[in-house]
Amino acid sequence: MNKPTHPYAIELRGISKRFGAVQANKDINLQVPAGTVHGIIGENGAGKSTLMSIIYGFYEADTGTIEVDGQEVNIRNSQDAIKAGIGMVHQHFMLVENFTVLENVVLGAEGGTILKGGMDAARKELARLEKEYSLDIDVDAVVEDLPVGLQQRVEILKALYRGARILILDEPTGVLTPQEADHLFRILDALKQQGVTVILITHKLREILASTDNVSVMRLGQMVAHRETAKTDKEELAELMVGKKVRLKVLKDEAEPGDVKLAAKNVSYVDSQGVTRLKNINFELRAGEVVGIAGVSGNGQSELLNVLSGITPMSSGEVHMAGEVITPKSPKNAAQMRDLKMGHIPEDRHKMGLVTGFEAYEAAILGYHNDPDYNGKILLNRKAMLNECNERMESWDVRPPNPHLKTANFSGGNQQKIVIAREVEKNPDVLLVGQPTRGVDIGAIENIHEQIIKLRVADKAILLVSVELDEIMALSDRILVMFDGEIVGELPASEADERTLGLMMANAFNEEGASE
Amino acid sequence: MKQASVPVWVNVGLIPLINILLAFAVSGLVILAIGENPIEAAGYLIYGAFGYEEGIGYTLYYATNLIFTGLAVSIAFKAGLFNIGGEGQAYIGGLGVGLLCLWLDSSMPFIVILPLAVIASAVFGAAWAYIPAYLQARRGSHIVITTIMFNFIASSLMVYLLVNWLKEEGRMAANSRTFAENAWMPYMHEILSPLGINISDSPLNGAFILALICCAFIWGLIWHTRWGYQLRTLGTNATAAQYAGIDNAKVTIWVMLISGGLAGFVGINEIMGVNHNLLLNFTAGYGFAGIAVSLMGRNHPIGIILSATLFGALYQGGAELAFEMPTITPEIVVVIQGLVILFSGALEHMLKDRVEGLFIRKAA
Amino acid sequence: MFETLILILDATLRVSTPLILAALAGLFSERAGIVDIGLEGKMLGGAFAAAAAASVFGSAWIGLGFAIIASVGLALVHGFACITHRGDHIVSGVAINTVVAGLTITLGLDWFSMGGQTPALSGDERFFAITLPFADALADVPVIGLIYSELISGHNILVYLAFALVPATYWVVFKTRFGLRLRAVGENPHAVDTAGISVAFIRYRAVIICGVLCGIAGAYLSTAHNAGFLKDMSAGKGYMALAALIFGKWRPVPVMFACLLFGFLDAVAVRMQGVVVPGIGEIPVQAIEVLPYVLTVLLLAGFIGKAVGPKAVGRPYVKERA
Repeated sequence: MNKPTHPYAIELRGISKRFGAVQANKDINLQVPAGTVHGIIGENGAGKSTLMSIIYGFYEADTGTIEVDGQEVNIRNSQDAIKAGIGMVHQHFMLVENFTVLENVVLGAEGGTILKGGMDAARKELARLEKEYSLDIDVDAVVEDLPVGLQQRVEILKALYRGARILILDEPTGVLTPQEADHLFRILDALKQQGVTVILITHKLREILASTDNVSVMRLGQMVAHRETAKTDKEELAELMVGKKVRLKVLKDEAEPGDVKLAAKNVSYVDSQGVTRLKNINFELRAGEVVGIAGVSGNGQSELLNVLSGITPMSSGEVHMAGEVITPKSPKNAAQMRDLKMGHIPEDRHKMGLVTGFEAYEAAILGYHNDPDYNGKILLNRKAMLNECNERMESWDVRPPNPHLKTANFSGGNQQKIVIAREVEKNPDVLLVGQPTRGVDIGAIENIHEQIIKLRVADKAILLVSVELDEIMALSDRILVMFDGEIVGELPASEADERTLGLMMANAFNEEGASE
Repeated sequence: MKQASVPVWVNVGLIPLINILLAFAVSGLVILAIGENPIEAAGYLIYGAFGYEEGIGYTLYYATNLIFTGLAVSIAFKAGLFNIGGEGQAYIGGLGVGLLCLWLDSSMPFIVILPLAVIASAVFGAAWAYIPAYLQARRGSHIVITTIMFNFIASSLMVYLLVNWLKEEGRMAANSRTFAENAWMPYMHEILSPLGINISDSPLNGAFILALICCAFIWGLIWHTRWGYQLRTLGTNATAAQYAGIDNAKVTIWVMLISGGLAGFVGINEIMGVNHNLLLNFTAGYGFAGIAVSLMGRNHPIGIILSATLFGALYQGGAELAFEMPTITPEIVVVIQGLVILFSGALEHMLKDRVEGLFIRKAA
Repeated sequence: MFETLILILDATLRVSTPLILAALAGLFSERAGIVDIGLEGKMLGGAFAAAAAASVFGSAWIGLGFAIIASVGLALVHGFACITHRGDHIVSGVAINTVVAGLTITLGLDWFSMGGQTPALSGDERFFAITLPFADALADVPVIGLIYSELISGHNILVYLAFALVPATYWVVFKTRFGLRLRAVGENPHAVDTAGISVAFIRYRAVIICGVLCGIAGAYLSTAHNAGFLKDMSAGKGYMALAALIFGKWRPVPVMFACLLFGFLDAVAVRMQGVVVPGIGEIPVQAIEVLPYVLTVLLLAGFIGKAVGPKAVGRPYVKERA
């Protein structure tokens, strides 16, 4: 089609963006050659989405410049980005669900006060675009009736209809079946043939290797490497993505696993959108061992913790614990699971683990508020609560040791100590641990790790979910790797290293053939 | 999530004060527009409300109703629910009191009627809140809309009952017969005089004591029991409530039952305490005023007592004001009430963010 | 019997008119994601402004103008609270209803010294009934004559306007660019924002239209249906319009039918006062009056169909971190 006028469709220079204390993007430079598919890979939280939101005008960068086709552009909102020929397919689709495909496509580009004329013109244009890129979609269908894969094509159509010459796709295959994903890549190929530049953001190595011309790797808000796809391989990319981290040493003896304390049998979970989040999860957790769950976040780890802890009911399968069999027909809620002696340190302290408006001594009994220790006949026993809170603050070194301080006003590490103390001190048999050191400073990390090992010595059965690979490797006895809602591999911690785990997390060992 | 520390008094003292001052300022402009002097008007208002014993009695009598409805709104707010149906719940609560008094006033002594009447008003009010609560908890119907609808249904039901069944025979007015005196809640001046305390006669009655007991009870319930713990958790962080294994639907239902019961107590003050018969429209907007009271009182019983007294003073002082300045109607109080809801409720963020910002910047 | 029916239907049209206007007002607002409990207050404010201005200037049309100005002013307060300051839509609506209830009486007493009422309006100060062409000539034709001359002819202009606004609303909401964006903003404001359109601007326009329509509804109450303003004359019609909006599932034509149904029930209730129905006895008026509310609750509870409103209704729009 049109010949690109400049070697780079888009070029970023020195882009930085800070949210409060978090440096989401730091001095990012990127050159995307015109008419290519360019991959951007990195772990969750590496800053990929923020960078793309800056290009699409959703946020303004603090510093740095953006050039499109060699021309510097000032992108302050989505309208500016659209004008510059940039289109974006968001991870969570920006579609009006009860609108038809046609209505969604023309929204914001209606071509006149009265819809009729613009709609008719759009219908013709869409027919052309559809044929050109073999999108194969009924423009009069209502979006919510379409499968996810087709909804995504509506997003692509939206961008193309607005004349996008640069198309950004943010984790486009996260919600797709392998077949749908393959179809998507065929479409992207067709787009490339027509001279459209595609930027593909993903954490899946296979996709990068299969469909991109070049790849850039992000880690911790920075751009760490650029490679020509043909000249790199899985191993190198996995290593670049995960990074060489200082390996934390935790002293621990050989595990002596005892009885099975928790067993999941064919546990599956389908969310309210109908997306399968957990597929046939099977594992056993024994007393005196730490089982780590590794995986790029968003592959079902959170759902697994929620289902096991009774927060969300599973769709099928069973969980065995303390002589009880929990099934979708006979579910147990979080309080009932606690009665079976299960503790749960949740992944997100703010959303789940604490009520930030509560004072520390109140948050310290969340989930155990019915416990006789804290209750008189009618009233809560504030004195007991305060005494215990004071004791725990001392033994866990919570600072400041003030039980009346609002939980919101403690630092991340101290908030986490309050949560861990609460879940651990009730002496559970099974402890679910999610991201125990997220947002916690170095000094506190060590302390938290020691506590987890202490619990293992005390014969607790511990399930650890973390996106920090070194944490998983340091603490676990066995490691299960999750990908796309499934457990795709298991290995003893002694045999684990970053490269192997990185490849497993990207499902590199199973995918050839399996998903084709 | 860093919450830079804003001194407590800013949130519980300064911001409500600015809100009420803004509301007064705007209503002052209205009075100016009418061509009267707002300062002079405020003088009459304050004198009417607090200047003499009878006035204080009236102020506290109005405050009694407002404490009940204010508590009703605020306990629901605490659990993240908006109970806009206090009006209907109060109305039906009054029906409960009325029916009980009509039934037992000739056969039972006061000492038996009193507890039964309190129970009747709570049960009737709670029952009227139960259906919207159930529909919200189990069927996801929006509680704001259903409670509004239930206000109207309550109103029609009362008209029907009074006109067709409870009206005193041979009279035009849709009132029940007057209860025998043993079903009257004693007036405060009657309660206090045996103790050697003499105050002027006013409609202030024993229901005021009930209101204070309710404040203490709700305070204890919300902040000192595990039930209160659950409802506060639900109201501030529903995800954490799920994590803690709290049954959200169950909490929603019983919070609304308590809320409806509290609103029902208006019936004790109005029907048993002052009117001594069952009549139409005795709730006179107290249910809606409860929203202003609760917002102004920051959903805390102490705050509610203070703001209910303030609004009670406005009701009583407004009447005095209308008497002294005939161009002003008592409805000016309704305007102030609306403005308080506007400033401390709907425009909450406008003020709060600015004032807090001021303190955070100063601290930094 | 036939004549009675015609009379009831005639009354139905008159009672339904303010409901239709207010419900269409609510439709614009809620379709854009702004819950409006304040229909009642805007209508009441409009009614007062219309009667006051009509009485002072001697023209119903000037009254209508003032009603619209007053109501739009209140609508903008609602918008300022809900759109600009992310306030709670319900609280803001309650505030507006309360302020208006007090203010109309306060100002009314000061301006007219009639206990909060406005002077009785007459002549040009009111909207008068329009006799449609040939109404008199056709009056004697059986059936059709009566329908035409009694039922269709002989209403004031605002009645015709209200019914004309139903297809007009349909057209605006479903056939124009503004309508498309309006509906989108009530369903998924993020989609609108990423399409490069201002969410706030669309919502403000919706709220203003809502104000205009409520103003007309108010003017109808005080200068067409009645001859002057009475204290609390909206008497819950705003809430009933809200119920009709839910009942009609936020679509103009079904909403109109819901208003007609509620109006019909009202007209019947008036007629049934004291009438003994053979075999049933006297049906209490209140039982009929209460039906709109009961039906709405049943609908909301999912016992008769399902009422699913615009998805983003009542939620302030905040740009989130993607």
